Amino acid sequence: MADYQNILTQVQVRGHTDYGVPLQTPGDDRDLITGHNYLAGKLGDAQLGPIYLGATGVASLLSGAIAIIIIGLNMLASVDWNPLKFVFLMPWLTLDPPGPEYGLQVFPPLAEGGWWLIAGGFLTASILLWWIRSYRRARALGLGTHITWAFAAAIWLYLVLGFFRPIAMGSWSEAVPFGIFSHLDWTNNFSLIWGNLFYNPFHMLSIVFLYGSTLLFAMHGATILAVGRYGGEREIEQIVDRGSASERAALFWRWTMGFNASMESIHRWAWWFAILCPITGGIGILLTGTVVENWYEWGIANNFAPPY
Amino acid sequence: MALLSFERKYRVRGGTLIGGDLFDFWVGPYYVGFFGITAAFCAVLGTMLIFLGASMGDTWNPWLISIDPPDVAYGLAVAPLNEGGLWQAITFFATGAFISWALREVEICRKLGMGYHVPFAFSVAVFAYITLVIIRPVLMGAWGYGFPYGIMSHLDWVYNTGYMYGNFHYNPAHMIAITFFFTTTLALAMHGGLVLAATNPEKGEEVKTPEHENAFFRDFIGYSVGTLGIHRVGTLLALSAGIWSAICIVISGPLYEGSWIEWWNFLKDVPMWADPDVA
Repeated sequence: MADYQNILTQVQVRGHTDYGVPLQTPGDDRDLITGHNYLAGKLGDAQLGPIYLGATGVASLLSGAIAIIIIGLNMLASVDWNPLKFVFLMPWLTLDPPGPEYGLQVFPPLAEGGWWLIAGGFLTASILLWWIRSYRRARALGLGTHITWAFAAAIWLYLVLGFFRPIAMGSWSEAVPFGIFSHLDWTNNFSLIWGNLFYNPFHMLSIVFLYGSTLLFAMHGATILAVGRYGGEREIEQIVDRGSASERAALFWRWTMGFNASMESIHRWAWWFAILCPITGGIGILLTGTVVENWYEWGIANNFAPPY
Repeated sequence: MALLSFERKYRVRGGTLIGGDLFDFWVGPYYVGFFGITAAFCAVLGTMLIFLGASMGDTWNPWLISIDPPDVAYGLAVAPLNEGGLWQAITFFATGAFISWALREVEICRKLGMGYHVPFAFSVAVFAYITLVIIRPVLMGAWGYGFPYGIMSHLDWVYNTGYMYGNFHYNPAHMIAITFFFTTTLALAMHGGLVLAATNPEKGEEVKTPEHENAFFRDFIGYSVGTLGIHRVGTLLALSAGIWSAICIVISGPLYEGSWIEWWNFLKDVPMWADPDVA
């Protein structure tokens, strides 16, 4: 146990800043602001930046900032512009969607959900622009676009909650408010209104993939750290030219549970588990209230809920 | 034969914690060892007891089979088999199987010259389970506070236990645990996606390098934690999710019996900004 267990970096070597491999797209330039952080270097890489900003990046950050400022100013107004209350009562502050009387109206009064719609519009624009950015940054380096499609899975859940399902239900009031306790209350009431979300099979699947992802990352992260002394973290190299680290990592699981992934396939397991969490979750939300009125009764009808 | 092409040279003697060479062998792909014997013993016995409990119940519908803990009235005593005694025995054997499994992983680590990260990580999950069915019930004085072993019944237990404390979403440790679960899943998607993107590039492109991985994340969000760092971060996030899950349930009851909604009122009651009109 006294052996080095690779939990933190013991010796930090600081060489020249790595400005990154050249971009394949002509005319693209990185913002060369860089720095170093000692604490970041204890856990991982010490270098901060350089970042690529670009048109979509700047537009995305601006849209996101506008959304956050609208939400913040609405919250500040709700506590009479008192900065102390703004900070200490923050958990209760909220910007709510329009009431049910406004249906899907595009321009309800600003104070009655109008700001919510505008903030949501800017937030959505920000997220979609960032999504385009994830695609273009990958392509500029000649990489695959796996992260872009994983991001799309998360955006699917976000759009179901705030856009697709409210439209299917015919009212913006069905959407999630911006606020700490208010979005938790929304979640809580959503389950109570539609007959206990634990009986929603897609909710079950979503939780399975959420816990499964956590399990997988614990297993994978711990395995790679455990074979760190054989260079296990050089995963690409191990994928194209299997070494002792891969072999030991594979045999560990084979001897433990009779089955093992390979250095490449574990990342396929990881990717699928992670993206299926929001994909199944989004399906479960979209079906609630539109197709199924009461998940408990649906469970009774389908013979998996206990009759009380 | 259950050997992988490179497996034979790794199948060496030694590294056992207990039993010397006696159980130092494989069955098919599985390593046995002393703790393999105890794990199998506990797992088989526990599973048989679950089937026994199911046979004494009124349904064979797999969704509805439930092995319930004893009534709270039994306190921490041993209950009759059909009134929660089975649950107690199954809990005992499950705990034995989980601990055996962790120690068997330690032996496999020693055989393969690996660090002990996986058995340590698994111990966190076992600790969370023990918190739910042993530590919290003991602190509250009755086995009846453990959760029932059944697919739908354990969901009902979570639902009912949550509302016993007002609204579990307001439990600060629960908030932290959920944040860790979501963050772990996000990080896993990014890590898995990045490695796949580097090894499965555009048609006609060569496989990319860790320098490309770093460049992508620096371009994209201004920071790349690196190939070693991401496995530290992922492990840390995942274990934190388990640890905070255990904390959020063990404080509910033993430490705090009220409503988690009202727990937050201390923030409202500070005179400087106290305002009954807000919220």
